[in-house]
Parts: sequence; C-alpha cells; structure tokens
Amino acid sequence: MPTMTESPPGVSGQGFFLTSLEKAVGLARKNSIWPLPFATSCCGIEFMATMASHYDLARFGSERPSFSPRQADLLMVMGTVAKKLGPVLKKVYEQMAEPRWVIAVGACASSGGIFDTYSVLQGIDKVIPVDVYVPGCPPRPEQIIDGLMKIQELVEKEPLGWRQSAQYKAILAQYGIE
Amino acid sequence: MATLVETLTSALSPLKIELSSDMPVIIVEKTRLIEAIQFLVQDSECCFTFLTDLCGIHYPDQNPPVLGVVYHLHNMVKNTRIRVKAFTPVSEPVIPSLTGLFSSANWMERETYDFFGIRFEGHPELKRLLNMDDMVDFPMRKEFMLEDPTRTDKQDAYFGR
Repeated sequence: MPTMTESPPGVSGQGFFLTSLEKAVGLARKNSIWPLPFATSCCGIEFMATMASHYDLARFGSERPSFSPRQADLLMVMGTVAKKLGPVLKKVYEQMAEPRWVIAVGACASSGGIFDTYSVLQGIDKVIPVDVYVPGCPPRPEQIIDGLMKIQELVEKEPLGWRQSAQYKAILAQYGIE
Repeated sequence: MATLVETLTSALSPLKIELSSDMPVIIVEKTRLIEAIQFLVQDSECCFTFLTDLCGIHYPDQNPPVLGVVYHLHNMVKNTRIRVKAFTPVSEPVIPSLTGLFSSANWMERETYDFFGIRFEGHPELKRLLNMDDMVDFPMRKEFMLEDPTRTDKQDAYFGR
C-alpha cells in the first residue's frame, strides 16, 4: 500500500508526472478527508483522544473536524444511537454532499452492542449505509486510526463515476435515501 | 405515626394501610384516589405537599393481572413521607390524573403511560414522552420481550438455543 507521500503508479520524466485522473483524484481526496464526529458516548471520548495531539488524526489529512455535515466527507458515528435518534442521524447523513463515507466506531454503532433492548438502534446500518466498522467497546485510538486508514483505502480506490452509478443509487435506495 | 395511621384510616377508609420499614403505605380504591391525595395534601396534620415521584408497576401473575401506580409524597415541614398505591386491572388500564393537584405529575404520568400503557384520565396531553412516537408496545410490562427483535448479529447457536 502506498503511503501518504508515495505517488500513484504513472509515468514520470523531467518536470512532469503522468497518471490517470482517477488516481490523482483518489490521492487528493484520500489525504484531505474532513470528518464529522457524531459522538454520543464513550467511543466519542476515545475519538477525542484520537483527534488530540498524542494520536493526532491530522496526520491523515483530517486536520479539520467539520461540525457541519455540508462541509464533511466522512461521518464518524461513535457511540450508542437510540431509536429516537435514528431519524436525526439519517438527516445528518442526507445533508452531507457526495462523495461521502460513513464509519461506525464501536460495538454500539456497529450492532447495538450490549444494548439489545427496545430503545436502542441495533446498528446504524439500519438507517444509513456504512463503509467501515470498527469493533471494540470502546475501541482504542489505534483501532479508530486503523478504521480511518481503511476509509482512506476506499477513498483512494473509488472509481470515477461511482457516485453516479446505478449500483450506488440502488444502495441508497435500500435506505430510502433520494 | 400511630395517630397518622388512625387519621388516615378514619378519613380515607383505605383498602389497606401498613407501616413499611421506610414509610407508611396506603392502598386506595382508584375511584377515591384524587380524594385521598387531596386529603393528604390539604389536611393540616398530613400536609404532604410535595409529589416526590410517581411510577407504574405491573403484577401479571395476580388474578386478574393488575397495573398499579405508586405515588410518593413528602411533608417538607416535618420531613416525613408517605406512599400511596392504586391499582387497576390490565384489561382496563385507566387511573385518574393527578395533574389538577400537582403540575409535576404531568411528565411523570406521560412517562408512566409511555412505559406501562396506563391511561391517566384528565391528563391535558397524554402522549409518549421518551420512546418513539410510532412505538405500539409498552416496554416495562412484563410480557414485553427483553431482546430486541431487530437485532441481527445474535445467532441462536451461540447462545445454546
């Protein structure tokens, strides 16, 4: 896997570098993901550590956590989501501009966790599509970083036109979005 | 305490009155609930002017199965407390509302309705307080299943069933 500084495969000569547009876009997007933290419980505390200087999420191009969904690329859902909060989460997702990604951090966001009960949403994938799941109760910052790097991998390899494709629209349609 | 029990017995003729370890408990007919609590609030000897708590309770194994409401009242001057209970059959879960006496009963009754399905007659806006509006069950009733049916990652084989 290429690191942040490594260039994608292409042809280079003196003063120029040739690669496909898809790869150039992937490289740019991958290293400038603006995350929107949707933190509801203890996983959110772990995220705060991840974001702070010791683990430093900014090293991955996520310098600016966006607190408005309209300027965010990545929705990070960290913590228990009550059923009553489900529609709110969906609205936040709907307000994000394409391309957008979602990461479910921790057992509760992924599956409901220990809260197998009437009031808790049994995983955020009941209301919105999820790209990466991070297990743990709560996961350590290293795991959250690993999840973010998995997202980076997805972002980098996304083919051009994927968001306009019928396949992608079909995924959204499953959740009744658009 | 003994005089209080005497006063209450003569004034309210409750179904049952007992001295539990923490405070006296009186069980009243639901038709006389408002009257009883009004007396407890207004009587100069009782003067239980503060509604500490109000909650539901479900006894599915009684015959007939009953739902109840438990009221905790507090005398702020003497720092004494009393517990009042009223029951109604599950088939007819209606209890008079206390909102006319205590404004604080409003949300507590909504919560009790939300979780036990007890309808408080005379409540100004009896709708769900904490759960989803489209919920049809009353989750604190004993017959309500503990595990959520929408759970998808729990396979029966892992739990020996």
